[in-house]
Amino acid sequence: MAELNIRERQAGDITVLDMDGRITIGEGSVALRSAVRRLLEEGKKKILLNLAGVGYIDSSGIGELVSSYTAINKEGGQLKLLSLTQKLRDLLTITKLLTVFDSYDDEAEALSNFK
Amino acid sequence: MTDQATRLVLPSHIEAVADAAAAAADFARTCGLTDDAAFGIDMAVREAITNAIVHGNKEDDAKQVELTLNCSQNAVEIQVKDQGEGFDAESVPDPTAPENILKTSGRGNFLIKNLMDEVHWSSGAGGTTVRMVKKF
Repeated sequence: MAELNIRERQAGDITVLDMDGRITIGEGSVALRSAVRRLLEEGKKKILLNLAGVGYIDSSGIGELVSSYTAINKEGGQLKLLSLTQKLRDLLTITKLLTVFDSYDDEAEALSNFK
Repeated sequence: MTDQATRLVLPSHIEAVADAAAAAADFARTCGLTDDAAFGIDMAVREAITNAIVHGNKEDDAKQVELTLNCSQNAVEIQVKDQGEGFDAESVPDPTAPENILKTSGRGNFLIKNLMDEVHWSSGAGGTTVRMVKKF
């Protein structure tokens, strides 16, 4: 079984990536990077990462979230986070990245805040 | 709780990280730490071993990483030792500083310090050792 499973769906012009597993050094981080880079190549620049199924992330995974954020912003797009688990929220709080990422608990609210 | 100790020798492959971190968390639970504390140990050991393999041993097949776990009545003590060229822990910039916040790396040691009660790095010609303590 893959370390990180990613399912893609569209909500209008917004692409939602439902993620399940671990975002850690190696396979998980690479899977996230590949998914985001592929979407950008396809011109899909509004991306909502649904992290409800991600129970574990390490510093490499956090770095990959930051890398995705900067890559999408560079292309004029937007990245938002949905349904952070408590552990992930704690990690993003101590690393002060919650001040960088736009995060939501409710999908409809997240979708309505894309410009 | 009686004193316990375990020593694992790991190859310098990223694939070794997850199992070693899980073993450390299991050891911590066996010693009596809570699931939350064991989760913190899993993460801290994961970061320390990743550093040892990637930055210390530079994924050199000829080098190994040693993970030592000890538990006493008061704490779980963990050491991760690599065979690299040494490293200055003080040289790593604060990843939460505004100029570093969007950097994609450099958060591993910061997480270790936040997850553990005591952390000490010592470095020399024989490699780097990080000693981490989680108290009950």
